[in-house]
Amino acid sequence: MALSAKTKAALLGPLNKNNPVIVQVLGICSALAVTSKLEPALVMAVAVTLVTAFGNVIISLLRKTIPTRIRIIVQLVVVAALVTIVSEVLKAFAYDVNKQLSVFVGLIVTNCILMGRLEAFALGNGPWPSFLDGIGNGLGYGWILVTVGFFRELLGSGKLLGHQVIPQCMYDAGYENNGLMMLAPMALILVAVIIWVHRARNKDLQEETN
Amino acid sequence: MNRENSGYTILYASIMVIIVALGLAFTHQALSGRQTANVNIDKMQQILRSLKMDVSAAEAQKRYDELVQNAYLINPDGKKVEGSEGTTPDDPAFSTDPDDETAAGLPVYEAVVEGSVKYIIPMQGTGLWGPIWGYLSVEADGSTIYGAEFGHQGETPGLGAEIVTPSFRGQFVGKELIKEGTFRSVAVVKSGQTAAGRDYVDGISGGTITSKGVDAMLLNSVGKYGNFLMNLNAAR
Repeated sequence: MALSAKTKAALLGPLNKNNPVIVQVLGICSALAVTSKLEPALVMAVAVTLVTAFGNVIISLLRKTIPTRIRIIVQLVVVAALVTIVSEVLKAFAYDVNKQLSVFVGLIVTNCILMGRLEAFALGNGPWPSFLDGIGNGLGYGWILVTVGFFRELLGSGKLLGHQVIPQCMYDAGYENNGLMMLAPMALILVAVIIWVHRARNKDLQEETN
Repeated sequence: MNRENSGYTILYASIMVIIVALGLAFTHQALSGRQTANVNIDKMQQILRSLKMDVSAAEAQKRYDELVQNAYLINPDGKKVEGSEGTTPDDPAFSTDPDDETAAGLPVYEAVVEGSVKYIIPMQGTGLWGPIWGYLSVEADGSTIYGAEFGHQGETPGLGAEIVTPSFRGQFVGKELIKEGTFRSVAVVKSGQTAAGRDYVDGISGGTITSKGVDAMLLNSVGKYGNFLMNLNAAR
């Protein structure tokens, strides 16, 4: 399946130079809150990807009919309905994860990435590019979340997805889990480290300094 | 088609809301069976944790059926309400909310662990940010705590949320609810402090309001079972 340059940019741009978290600095709130373990970070990434993709498709299909005066309300209703469905499905099939994510599933509604994509992309593009744009932005958000979750769970509790990975002999030799990793500020510092590495590799993203 | 027309806008909004409402109602109906089952399993896991048994969701039903032999409602005098016995989720003991003033009574679960009877009492209270709850298992003498389990909706991670950790819950084991013939509950105090005339445990440093919430929850929720526990204690 050949993708045109434009659709390719819609899908792949958000993973790198147009990343919603590390370039546009959106969706930071949930990136701090759900990344103390890897599993909720993964579920959150999947949930946001699905909601962004399908929200984009629905808004894109409706874009010629939506009355301009209430377009933000229409976007909110579509997103809120999708989020409620995700929340209901999690309660039925992944109850423990739902408990860990608690209010943050509901707060996907207020995730700026979603409203941003609906307003900036889906209202002006067809369903297929909008779908790819949603998937791209969801994944762009997701890989940051999963990376942060990986380091926080590994260094903070010595586990990955709940399984012990740092062997007992390390603890016997004096290694200790870093409790700071479990606190929210550390997520901000890890995001900043990712931004640092990313900007160092992409000189064109660096701002001019006087 | 004029998209700026007020009539069109109102019609559009109305139809959209009706479609979304129907869709969500259908989703909820289709999934509510599984959701209720999950909530019930979660409750069984909490009851088992108050008996110092941490089991997975898959095993919870089986272990619960093995250990919990009886459940019923009691009236304020501490007497069993006739016809309220049964341990399944459909029976009154499991489905009654202990805070419901209009309910026929307060739920109690009876479990048999290693040949001795434990009484399990549900608790509800408030923490700093939202509700907290728990289960307390008491030995057959109505006073000695066998185990405690706490849960919370959104207490501060690392501070108030520490009430769910085994190290906090473990402190309650062996404490006495009844002192010199009266119900005194167990106090949650700042580390290093004591409570005159009652057993006490250390609160969470940095989680003062949550610790106070646990203290109040023990006093109020378990206090409602005062007569029931005194009856057990007197029968010894």
